[in-house]
Amino acid sequence: MADRRFHPETLAIHAGQIPDAATGARALPIYQTTSFVFDSADHAASLFNLQTFGNVYSRLSNPTVAALEERVAALEGGRAAVAVASGMAAEALALMTILQAGDHVVAAGALYGGSVTMLAVNLAKFGIATTFVDATRPEAFAAAMRPNTRAVFAETLGNPSLVVLDIAAVAEVAHAHGVPLVVDNTVPSPFLCNPLALGADIVVHSATKYLGGHGTTLAGVVVELGKPQGGFAWDNGKFPGMTEPSPGYHGVKFYETFGDFGFTMRCRMETLRVYGAALAPTSAWQVLQGVETLPLRMERHCANALALAKFLRDDPRVSWVNYPGLEDHPQHALLMRQMRGASGLLAFGVKAGAGEGAEAGVKFIEGAQFMSHLVNIGDTRTLISHPASTTHRQLDAEQQLAAGVLPDMVRISVGLEHIDDILWDVDQALARAVR
Amino acid sequence: MNAAADDIPTLRRILKDCRTVAVVGLSDQWHRPSYFVAKYLQDHGYRVIPVNPRYAGGTILGEKVFASLDEIGEPVDMVDVFRRSEDVLPIAEAAVRIGAKCLWQQIGVANAEADALVRAAGLDSVMDRCTKIEHGRLFGGLHWAGVNTRVVSARRPV
Repeated sequence: MADRRFHPETLAIHAGQIPDAATGARALPIYQTTSFVFDSADHAASLFNLQTFGNVYSRLSNPTVAALEERVAALEGGRAAVAVASGMAAEALALMTILQAGDHVVAAGALYGGSVTMLAVNLAKFGIATTFVDATRPEAFAAAMRPNTRAVFAETLGNPSLVVLDIAAVAEVAHAHGVPLVVDNTVPSPFLCNPLALGADIVVHSATKYLGGHGTTLAGVVVELGKPQGGFAWDNGKFPGMTEPSPGYHGVKFYETFGDFGFTMRCRMETLRVYGAALAPTSAWQVLQGVETLPLRMERHCANALALAKFLRDDPRVSWVNYPGLEDHPQHALLMRQMRGASGLLAFGVKAGAGEGAEAGVKFIEGAQFMSHLVNIGDTRTLISHPASTTHRQLDAEQQLAAGVLPDMVRISVGLEHIDDILWDVDQALARAVR
Repeated sequence: MNAAADDIPTLRRILKDCRTVAVVGLSDQWHRPSYFVAKYLQDHGYRVIPVNPRYAGGTILGEKVFASLDEIGEPVDMVDVFRRSEDVLPIAEAAVRIGAKCLWQQIGVANAEADALVRAAGLDSVMDRCTKIEHGRLFGGLHWAGVNTRVVSARRPV
């Protein structure tokens, strides 16, 4: 009898955690320990040689963190995952494992500001060049490919641009050039979108956002599809770090030895081991409390965001609304093909008076009663921000536009409060902003 | 049974019942996948019997190496194959001949004819899977590497 394929609602609660072998504890124990004893010198050698599975040191792996890793891998339909200290750490881990000096990346322009900075400034410092392209045009990705391109990077749903990536089309471009498509799936979360099923090879998450969902804890996850499920074949000659003996881990050939989770093992044993952005066990535990209710929360985030988008669309004090869940959004059909819902993020422009510019948006934010002015997303609380003066302020005007940030733009991460109360607070804040 | 074993209960049974494993194509190089697997199986209580004409008469992992399955001369539960798919058929025939209970073709190895042959003879058959990975997946260990084991259960691991 074939093994049952469980639904995401079930996996969100069970995947990666069966009752504790030692104690029978049903809920996940927090293994708050830096290190794990070896049974013998031979056991130690086997562990260091990666000949047996086990825990050595919590910078490499930890049983509590492993539960989060396996659960996100299961929710994404991936083969394996590695969890780290933040979403940015996850992105850095994936890219630094794939890339080396002299390589080139083709990336969506409409990215989270921190991701743009990582590519344009920090990785450039190590000799890795990036070309940013219009994320709505797969042909723009194709046109930017170079012989030394080694990765394509994009967000499935751009933050805060809300640009929808045509995942299958861009995956085809990447694969035609023999390179993996790496996507940031933070905004939809694995409940609304599974990019690996649509052609992506590697998914990164800021688990700080919807996965954790309560605005308490930083975490990030990298998920790998694995070749047998249609994932990336690393042995095409372009990725010697995957196929040749590793100078960073005494000669192990990661792809040959670990096959469909070779990339995850290399992330863990080469990159995470050395750069050290390990996730604390308590943080993994806190994020997992959120993951258990991810499907329920995402349904409500989507419903509240759609209701608010419709309210804003019909309000004369609002100059524009960007929410791909609205039927008249130019990418609505693509979104519905790829996702179960448009998530909880939306953006809009507050109608400015003569000569007022971006100030109306700032006034709106300062007029809110319970909507919180801060730069996180994916919290139970409704969050509001003005990206041009906060998350994206390190970018120049041109980069801001490429990232989909307009000067009058207000971003809302719609929370789980009662929709009537959210509409009330938006209404009264608009009344203060637009007189 | 009309296909190679693929489900969790069957794989669990095979890995519990088969205690003596002939590893065909075992290398003596510590960093080769076959060595990783054999070392892992030894560490987890399995008796490993190396089969590789290249090292016949010598020892790998403290066990005498045989040139072929037919030369082993003691009961073998599982034949674990690290060879190219096209070379598996004679190994399958030998596995039946020596009374093995299971032919296990390693990850990347999948000879459908060999699979059909051993199943017709009443053996269990596994294709394109790794004994080490499946053992780690179903009896704990692989989970710690962040791998999706697909195990959903309210019972402690046994």
